[in-house]
Amino acid sequence: MSDLNKLTLSAARDGLRAKEFTSADLTEACLTEIEGAGALNAFVHNTPEIAREQAKAADARLAAGDAPAMCGLPIGIKDLFATKGVPTQAASAILEGFKPEYESTITSKLFDAGAVMLGKLNMDEFAMGSSNETSTYGNAVNPWRRGNEETPLTPGGSSGGSSAAVSADLCLAATGTDTGGSIRQPAAFTGIVGIKPTYGRCSRWGVVAFASSLDQAGPMTKSVRDAAIMLEAMCGHDMKDSTSADLPVPNFEALLTGDIRGKKIGIPKEYRLDGTPDEIVKLWDDGAAMLKDAGAEIVDISLPHTKYALPTYYVIAPAEASSNLARYDGVRYGHRATLAAGEGINDMYEKTRAEGFGKEVQRRVMVGTYVLSAGFYDAYYNKARKVRTLIKKDFEDAFAAGVDAILTPATPSPAFGLGEVSDSDPIQMYLNDVFTVTVNLAGLPGISVPTGVSATGLPLGLQLIGKPWEEGDLLNIAHSLEGAAGFVSKPEKWW
Amino acid sequence: MSIDIDTARRVAKLARIRVEEDALPALASEFNAVLGFIEQLSEVDVEGVEPMTSVTPQRLKRRKDGVTDGNMQEKILKNAPDAREGFFAVPKVVE
Repeated sequence: MSDLNKLTLSAARDGLRAKEFTSADLTEACLTEIEGAGALNAFVHNTPEIAREQAKAADARLAAGDAPAMCGLPIGIKDLFATKGVPTQAASAILEGFKPEYESTITSKLFDAGAVMLGKLNMDEFAMGSSNETSTYGNAVNPWRRGNEETPLTPGGSSGGSSAAVSADLCLAATGTDTGGSIRQPAAFTGIVGIKPTYGRCSRWGVVAFASSLDQAGPMTKSVRDAAIMLEAMCGHDMKDSTSADLPVPNFEALLTGDIRGKKIGIPKEYRLDGTPDEIVKLWDDGAAMLKDAGAEIVDISLPHTKYALPTYYVIAPAEASSNLARYDGVRYGHRATLAAGEGINDMYEKTRAEGFGKEVQRRVMVGTYVLSAGFYDAYYNKARKVRTLIKKDFEDAFAAGVDAILTPATPSPAFGLGEVSDSDPIQMYLNDVFTVTVNLAGLPGISVPTGVSATGLPLGLQLIGKPWEEGDLLNIAHSLEGAAGFVSKPEKWW
Repeated sequence: MSIDIDTARRVAKLARIRVEEDALPALASEFNAVLGFIEQLSEVDVEGVEPMTSVTPQRLKRRKDGVTDGNMQEKILKNAPDAREGFFAVPKVVE
């Protein structure tokens, strides 16, 4: 059977159980595809030996009839997840050569469920970026192109290697992480599905920390059903993460009934920003009409503090990052600068961090340092934490008024060209996350679903935002939207 | 709030990131762009609003204060740029 790499997780799972092919077959198909996809720069550390070994073990489990849903399915892992004995750099030069002596909880859970790791995926450095252009490995490239143009486009960020790899069928699915939109924006830019669960659903243990109160891991997949399957394998309580929720994990796939009659879907008026392209507005209106046709009730809602979400994020995330990234000091792991005669320990810290961190990471660490420094802590950091309370309350009020989920665009534009958004104007890049960042600040689950194509032939996505811990309901609504939109386009292979 | 070159130099020092003198003006100007953006927060009335400490209203789990893991000196030192005799080695700190 050819094109096994193009299968969804659910189709591959069913095929494995029906003995139509083996995990070894699936794995070889993906490894071959990865070999030929160097131009996408999605996989940055390949692990074919591990993959073949895991596939062999999975085939044995399948033969023995002991096969959880993810058993034998080849996936890619974002470079942010610590993988034992395998380079884990968070796409930063400061972690060059770092090979963890331990496995992150998420990858442990996936491997325990039988998943096969094909390799580590490109991303923005320390997950700070919206275009995968801050990576020490160089840019990941979107498999999609504008019509017949050859301009290389961004696969989004920070999980840009994950989105490019899934969209190009180099793997069946991938892990991502999302601090301000880093799963949902790249998913939208590449025509795939990405879900960020409720804060606390997925353990952060062994995930290189960026902004701990916002970071959550999640799956990036080819369908909503796949997102349900993989998310279930990733969720669960973990004593090693004090913010991990001790709640039962539902069988998300079983909740995909397709029945959303009577669900109340909120349309927040504050997301209708000036200057949003007509095609994005139309996509949004069409999505609302599809949900209405499926029996949902569409209601206008207000989330009055929306416009303050990005400024709040750009205080809180850099503040937490400056603290988290203090650990990269050249002492315990990673890069250490060469010192000249007479240079001391402060020179070692300063030179190591100047050499090891890229420009955007340095910028955010220093902004974070500033907003936490004496004299500014109240004016910036505490102020932002108070506005965050208000942003969360906006959502609580909407849910208390009976709204089940909120529909918004996922991104303000389709994928843009690499280098098109200037490095000298960080704010322009930050605006990419305008629709997604509120969800992290409020700790809610959010999912991006591809529902249309731009005039230039690029995928466009909508975002659904759910109530805390209601990923099952959220996935079901997303499943209905996905079915109605019928997005089936794939990028034409040029790589 | 405008950041001058002296402030940029001080912040770089606090963050322990070496920034060369000729790069400070550009850095100060980037800080000003970001801080100008953040400045919008001053419009928001936060009178009586509690600063958020935890996004999910859950009590953090507690466990008995006991040793649960250990004896992995070799693993811990494995990735160190310079480890000697079971310790991390750094340039001389005390004269």
